[in-house]
Amino acid sequence: MEMSVVLGQLPHCMKEVNRLFGLNTDFMQENLSLYVEAAKLTLHMAVFGIIFALIVGLICSMVRYFKVPVLSQIAGCYIELSRNTPLLIQLYFLYFGLPKIGIVLSSEQCAVIGLAFLGGSYMAEAFRSGLDNVPGIQVQSAMSLGMTHSQIFGNIILPQAVSNSIPAFCANIIFLIKETSVFSAVALADLMFVTKDLIGMNYNTDEALFMLVAAYLIILLPISIICTFVERKVRYAEYGV
Amino acid sequence: MAETILEVEHLKKSYGSQALVLNDISFSIEKGEVVVVVGPSGCGKSTFLRCLNRLEDINEGTIKLRGVSYEKEKKKVHQFREKVGMVFQSYDLFPNMTIMGNLLLAPMKVQKRKKEEVQAEAEQLLERVGLLEKKDSYPRQLSGGQKQRVAIVRSLLMHPEVLLLDEITAALDPEMVREVLQVVLELAKSGMTMVIVTHEMEFARAVADRVIFLDGGKVVEEAGPEEFFNHPKTDRAKQFLNSFHYEAVNE
Repeated sequence: MEMSVVLGQLPHCMKEVNRLFGLNTDFMQENLSLYVEAAKLTLHMAVFGIIFALIVGLICSMVRYFKVPVLSQIAGCYIELSRNTPLLIQLYFLYFGLPKIGIVLSSEQCAVIGLAFLGGSYMAEAFRSGLDNVPGIQVQSAMSLGMTHSQIFGNIILPQAVSNSIPAFCANIIFLIKETSVFSAVALADLMFVTKDLIGMNYNTDEALFMLVAAYLIILLPISIICTFVERKVRYAEYGV
Repeated sequence: MAETILEVEHLKKSYGSQALVLNDISFSIEKGEVVVVVGPSGCGKSTFLRCLNRLEDINEGTIKLRGVSYEKEKKKVHQFREKVGMVFQSYDLFPNMTIMGNLLLAPMKVQKRKKEEVQAEAEQLLERVGLLEKKDSYPRQLSGGQKQRVAIVRSLLMHPEVLLLDEITAALDPEMVREVLQVVLELAKSGMTMVIVTHEMEFARAVADRVIFLDGGKVVEEAGPEEFFNHPKTDRAKQFLNSFHYEAVNE
């Protein structure tokens, strides 16, 4: 369906919303562009944050899997620290704490770094369980074929571990997108920020919150559906009978 | 004079500080010979095979492949394993690859052979075990017996000097046992050197050139199949073989 067709349906949809919920649709239409902008920003931050989280997570889980001295302990500390503190506090630290030692970060930088810091540990744990769930017999049978450790890791362990971790990765991606709702705390004009702003200016609480929920659903539902599809596609790792 | 493939001298193995699982085993196998290892569970049969493939570190003794000991060179262990094929009890095909992918992987990666050449050989072997039409299937689409036949072919493609079979039919339905053992019997006829651990006594009798009876980590008896199954010398072996017989309840 073309975009213009979708937008053409909008007035009709708005009328329905008005009839069903008794919401002020004129107000909603006026401020729609604000939400679209905020949604774009939220997604933008989420995409970068999640990509960095994946990179951090893969590095940490590798370091731990191969038991690299020192680095593996550092990764362990990082994972515990990151998983056991709320994102809001992590963002406060980046935004208000770091300037005290001379490091000033923009709201956007704080948001991406914060999300990557939180997500990194979740991704690391997801991938670690994927690695752990590759049965030992797989490694042994590859060994008995004369394969070297690096050949076994690249051809046997890694592909199976990735496939094992996909469901957890997907859950983490959705979790991290939802976590973006605290970005407004570091003055980033995301969906939550716009909503609070509108409520503060016009007291149209119902409309603003309705649009906030709708915006998150519009972002997350397609991602959730794609994740389900991907999970089904890669579920080849069936052991035993 | 026959060529000695594997030679084991005074092999001792224990896990951690526990009692010895294998206690001073000496063993050798010659080219084309089929040795069947039998014994009660927990007697060290599987550990013995795993030691032969260097999947387990050994505490004492030497293992030589064609007179060469790889003991001192940990880095070269994979070269040793390349020449000693092994098939396990549980289905160990790689689930993320097709049957052909499973077969091509090691010859191409480890031995750097050409894809066309390995593929041609793989197809020939698959045909011999009656699974050519499955070459593009995934392991999950195969039955247990079919998977084990593919696992045997996968090992054979590496052209091993000796093949170790570790209770390869123990997890199979009785009907599938036969199709797998048939393949092993044919291999034996074609002169493949094999060390086989099995609980199928009839099969052991048919395939073995020599039977080794292990108990408590020691070789208790070693004889030709006819002699071992018909006239076992030791009481322990008699007792073990009797456990496979059932007396009719009423007469």
